[in-house]
Amino acid sequence: MAEEAPVVKDTTVTPPGADAELMQRMFATMHLIRTFEERAAEEYMRGNIGGFLHLAIGEEAAVVGSVLALRPTDPITSTYREHGQALARGSEPRAVMAELFGRETGLCHGHGGSMHLMDRERFFFGGYGIVGGSIPLAVGLGFAISYRQEDGVALVMFGDGATNQGVLGESMNMAKLWSLPVIFFCLNNQYGMGTAVDRASAETQLTKRADAFGIPAHRIDGMDVLAVQQAVSDAAHHARSEQDPVMIEAIAYRYRGHSMSDPDRTRPEDEKARWRARDPLVTFERILLGEGLVTAEELAAVRDANQAAVDDAVAFANDSPPVPETALADDVYTDPWNDDSRGSARMPRRSA
Amino acid sequence: MSTEAAAVSTSYREALTQAMREELERDPDVFLIGEDIGLFEGSFKVTRGLLGEFGPDRVIDTPISEAGFVGLGIGAAMAGLRPVVELMTVNFAIVAMDQIVNNAAKIRYMFGGQVSVPLVIRMPGGAGHQLGAQHSHSLEAWFTHVPGLKVACPSTPYDAKALLKTAIRDDDPVIFLESEGLYAKKGPVGGPDDLVPFGQAAIRRTGQHCTVIAVSRMVWIALDAADTLAAEGIECEVVDPRTTRPLDMDAIVDSVRRTNHCVVVDEGWPECGLASNIATRVYEECFDWLDAPVQRVNAADVPIPYARNLEQSALPHAHDVAAAVRATLARGA
Repeated sequence: MAEEAPVVKDTTVTPPGADAELMQRMFATMHLIRTFEERAAEEYMRGNIGGFLHLAIGEEAAVVGSVLALRPTDPITSTYREHGQALARGSEPRAVMAELFGRETGLCHGHGGSMHLMDRERFFFGGYGIVGGSIPLAVGLGFAISYRQEDGVALVMFGDGATNQGVLGESMNMAKLWSLPVIFFCLNNQYGMGTAVDRASAETQLTKRADAFGIPAHRIDGMDVLAVQQAVSDAAHHARSEQDPVMIEAIAYRYRGHSMSDPDRTRPEDEKARWRARDPLVTFERILLGEGLVTAEELAAVRDANQAAVDDAVAFANDSPPVPETALADDVYTDPWNDDSRGSARMPRRSA
Repeated sequence: MSTEAAAVSTSYREALTQAMREELERDPDVFLIGEDIGLFEGSFKVTRGLLGEFGPDRVIDTPISEAGFVGLGIGAAMAGLRPVVELMTVNFAIVAMDQIVNNAAKIRYMFGGQVSVPLVIRMPGGAGHQLGAQHSHSLEAWFTHVPGLKVACPSTPYDAKALLKTAIRDDDPVIFLESEGLYAKKGPVGGPDDLVPFGQAAIRRTGQHCTVIAVSRMVWIALDAADTLAAEGIECEVVDPRTTRPLDMDAIVDSVRRTNHCVVVDEGWPECGLASNIATRVYEECFDWLDAPVQRVNAADVPIPYARNLEQSALPHAHDVAAAVRATLARGA
């Protein structure tokens, strides 16, 4: 059974240190991600997007709260469920959608797809398809910060499922041992594909993974964007000033199945309904309106702008040319050599 | 190689140490990381003295977490550093294969060239010391199979130094396979700026009757076999590819088209192996020039056993190479 969220916030109280501009930006970004992903699902059904498509609908608060709590130059790695991280970092919706469509104009020129977005200019170091596999990469990014005596902090986002991969323990140990500025951000959406945390983990309080290494860890409500933003801000401050890793476990819920090919028949309907009732966009909108931080007209304008941006992204992706066949072997190596060994069909004959 | 350098006789082990020392001095982005490489100076003493010279920030002892510190190296390389990761032996690379194959080899390609991974992963391999089935692997074929990796397999002290320097300066991930059986081997080495480019084979011995292709320690058994065969009037041309990816097919093809016979020697297993692959490519490019089927010489198709006699029986020897050469020449006669 899924966890209950730790706290349901009183939505009538102004959060301490509320920054109206940041809060508006958080809402706009969450709404952009929601709009983008709902449209991506449609485009997948139309056959415009192939392969796997993992949606983070329901998880927008955890995604946006964490990304916007960091400096734009703090490196991030993520899982294969990472459209939101790219968009929150400021990647062009056009380039993200075109990558999902597998076009030359995509972020990764069609070599990556939905699971493998990267935007190096924005210090988004990629989405990775093997559960847990990107965790040590982020420790390496944190190592590079420390080696160069820079002021950054690396954040790795992973799911509850990854906490049962051995490499998480290896990574936490090294990060603590070598005093690296790394935030281990566990987005606990309570299911590793179809397996609930309590069917996979002997200890379901996942922050205890960090206890073993002396890493401070905090369990927070991942449906509350302000709670996430505050926790990651604090973690980043700690990691930067103390050169010390931190773990955050954000409890959230994904509304859809694991991917578009998952009909989501195993999770209880009442559980889904309970979490949908705490929708992070609805909750946050209530706060913004209740506190007079934004007007209904302004919210409508945000929605319209996001809808237009997503429509434009789809049109752009549709109109983009396919990846040229000549790009097949581009970027395997920095300095490629001519060695196509695909077969004997074009090999020379003695008589030639 | 320069004559000044050629006058000095250096072990393969010390040649590797020199390469790392020179590159650490040359480029502050280079650092070494691995199990027991600092205080203990390496399981095979390849990093001897480097902790004292460069300090613990650049020569880093790790916990026994191969997947973790290989992954850390990949992340650091994405950020522009030049990690030289030591795996105590190739056998432990198996624990880190997800990081090597799914991350190091893929990152540049799947992200459309936005970052590269200038990483070297050094590791000794090979059998012959009665270390049993889990510590005796030759996995050249595994790594060579993977686009996105480069694979270097030096056979001489000169190449050990020069190829490692090339690897460290290379912008792509390089799997650097050393041979446990060659660490004590002595020979000339080059100076600080003597590099060997990847994808350039060395002809270790010239001959007109049969081409023998071998890498790493197998080069030496091929040369032993060539000596034996020379006494029988058979002249072998021994080709050492030096890197298996990229593979210098031009040199191989040029040799085979002259000798019309080919033997490939590889310490790994025979099925889907390095020798199988090279043999296939020789067939593809030299079929009409071959006077007999290509012969492979491999380890036996078994886990490497402990008992000395069985282990020796499992491994390729000079007499196996000589027999293969005689066999292919007999077929072509």
